Amino acid sequence: MAVLTTDARRTTPVPTPPRGRRAGGPRRTPPLVLAFVLVPLLAEAVWVFWPALQGFYLALTSWDGVSAPRFVGLANFREMAHDDVFRTAAVDTVLWLVLFGGLSALLGLATALLLQQERRGVGFYRAALFLPVVFSLVATALVWQAIYQPDGVLNQLLQSVGLGSLRHAWLADQDTALYAVIVPALWRQIGYVMVLYLAGLKGIDPALYEAAKVDGAGRWQAFRHVTLPQLRSVNAVVLSVIVIDSLRSFDVVWSLTRGGPYHSSELLSTYMYSTAFQSLRLGYGSALAVVIFVLAFGVIASYLVRAFREAD
Amino acid sequence: MTTPQTSDAALRRRRLSTAGFHAGAGALSLLWLLPIVLVLVTSLRSFDDIAAHGLGSWPRSFTLGNFRQAWVDGGQQRALVNSLLVTVPCVVVTLALAAMAAFGLSRYEMPFRRTLLLLMLGGNLLPPQILLIPVSKLSEILGVYDTLPALIGVQIGFGVGFYVFVLHGFMRSIPVEIQQAAVVDGAGPWQIFWRIILPLTRPALAALSALSFTWIFNDLLWAITVLRTDTRMPITAALIGLQGQYVSMWNVIAAGSVIAAAPTVAVFLRFQRHFVAGLNLGAVK
Repeated sequence: MAVLTTDARRTTPVPTPPRGRRAGGPRRTPPLVLAFVLVPLLAEAVWVFWPALQGFYLALTSWDGVSAPRFVGLANFREMAHDDVFRTAAVDTVLWLVLFGGLSALLGLATALLLQQERRGVGFYRAALFLPVVFSLVATALVWQAIYQPDGVLNQLLQSVGLGSLRHAWLADQDTALYAVIVPALWRQIGYVMVLYLAGLKGIDPALYEAAKVDGAGRWQAFRHVTLPQLRSVNAVVLSVIVIDSLRSFDVVWSLTRGGPYHSSELLSTYMYSTAFQSLRLGYGSALAVVIFVLAFGVIASYLVRAFREAD
Repeated sequence: MTTPQTSDAALRRRRLSTAGFHAGAGALSLLWLLPIVLVLVTSLRSFDDIAAHGLGSWPRSFTLGNFRQAWVDGGQQRALVNSLLVTVPCVVVTLALAAMAAFGLSRYEMPFRRTLLLLMLGGNLLPPQILLIPVSKLSEILGVYDTLPALIGVQIGFGVGFYVFVLHGFMRSIPVEIQQAAVVDGAGPWQIFWRIILPLTRPALAALSALSFTWIFNDLLWAITVLRTDTRMPITAALIGLQGQYVSMWNVIAAGSVIAAAPTVAVFLRFQRHFVAGLNLGAVK
């Protein structure tokens, strides 16, 4: 399992004779092999590359989806500057990135550290934390909606421990809706991040800890000076996963609050969807999508640079 | 080596730390499993019971009627069939296409192979939001809007790049000599692909199948972008519909959630090892 990770692949390099392959491999690519590559590429071109280009163009238009799109230049982006909902959605997206992203990384690492040793029963604990990863976010959201109901489990729990004054319509209150939505998202994401870190921890050479011990390092020092530096490449992976997932986050918010009440849990992704498909302002929706793209692009670009180095 | 006294103390300390570990990890697991237990219990309670005592109370009734209601009246049966009709072909076709492309890109000296590989991966990393409007229009132009083939098409197109990238990394590590021996024996590219490379790639394919099954099955965004008719919706969208249809009838909604989660949980429990391996293979995502 660990052998398959990008991380482990680096520590136990597969012997690749690039020169030898160049000399020994076929000079010309057989037509069949060319077709092997071109057919999938065509599928992706039709459903991804071409739509993406159109998406950028549509961002410069005003379009109701029925009549022809009208070119308006940067008017959509100028409108955003005065759009309060856009501002809320942008702030919420950043909050989401920091809270959802930061906490899932921290707690994912913490649980991985806790569950890294092979002890009896540890498989069960790992599976328990990991199980939510396979749930759809929609099912996850509905479960938590039941928990957050005015007569739901959370309020009953608060009541029974004497904190009845904190009882709340968690999802219907503008002040708590966004945070209430983050919790189920975290519940589902932490197990995923944990698995990534578990593989990373497994890839660390035990000799490094031996050496640290010999040098008189305590637990904290070993963590600080051995574990953390060794996890650097996993951290990069986790960071890209988190940023991309945060910007894509849609299902959980859509099924819990649809961005409400009064846009208080609106993310750029939900705002984009409702603008485009409910308000039928397809041009403005496309412009919002471009903003999401630009935010994601930094991560994607740095990620691709990494992938580029690894690819050969 | 040590006096009995110190070894006794060490043993006690070890026992204490083991107990501490199990207490901590056990509490954490319990906390994690609690929402799942809650939904299971709720799905088995009657509406009157929940209405009278609240969602968080101890269950006083037991019924399987909620599942019947969600399955038949709530349209979950049809939705589950829709989901499987989309997911299974998607997984098979996406992995077949991805394996082909990865084979070509990793085993042959093709011009621009690195650029092609990264182009394909880049397509998968695009935020889907930029594609939503054009994809829904494209499916209208192609005459497949509001049909399952539209959903299958976009899932394949959007997913393929990532699997190509992962499988490429995997196939690249297969020694060249194996392929050269086959070439000497007169095997063509198809035979090399089908008889040699594909069997050797099986672990990666198994891992990616388990993973892509859950991803495609759990998708909501693409489904509500290219589909409109309720009866064609997959289970995720149908579950949201169920929530509107049975407002605050938590027993039915919980039963619906259990039905929607059952297939992916089954895949996870059956292929747990592959699944976790897949996440690490796909760590790059």
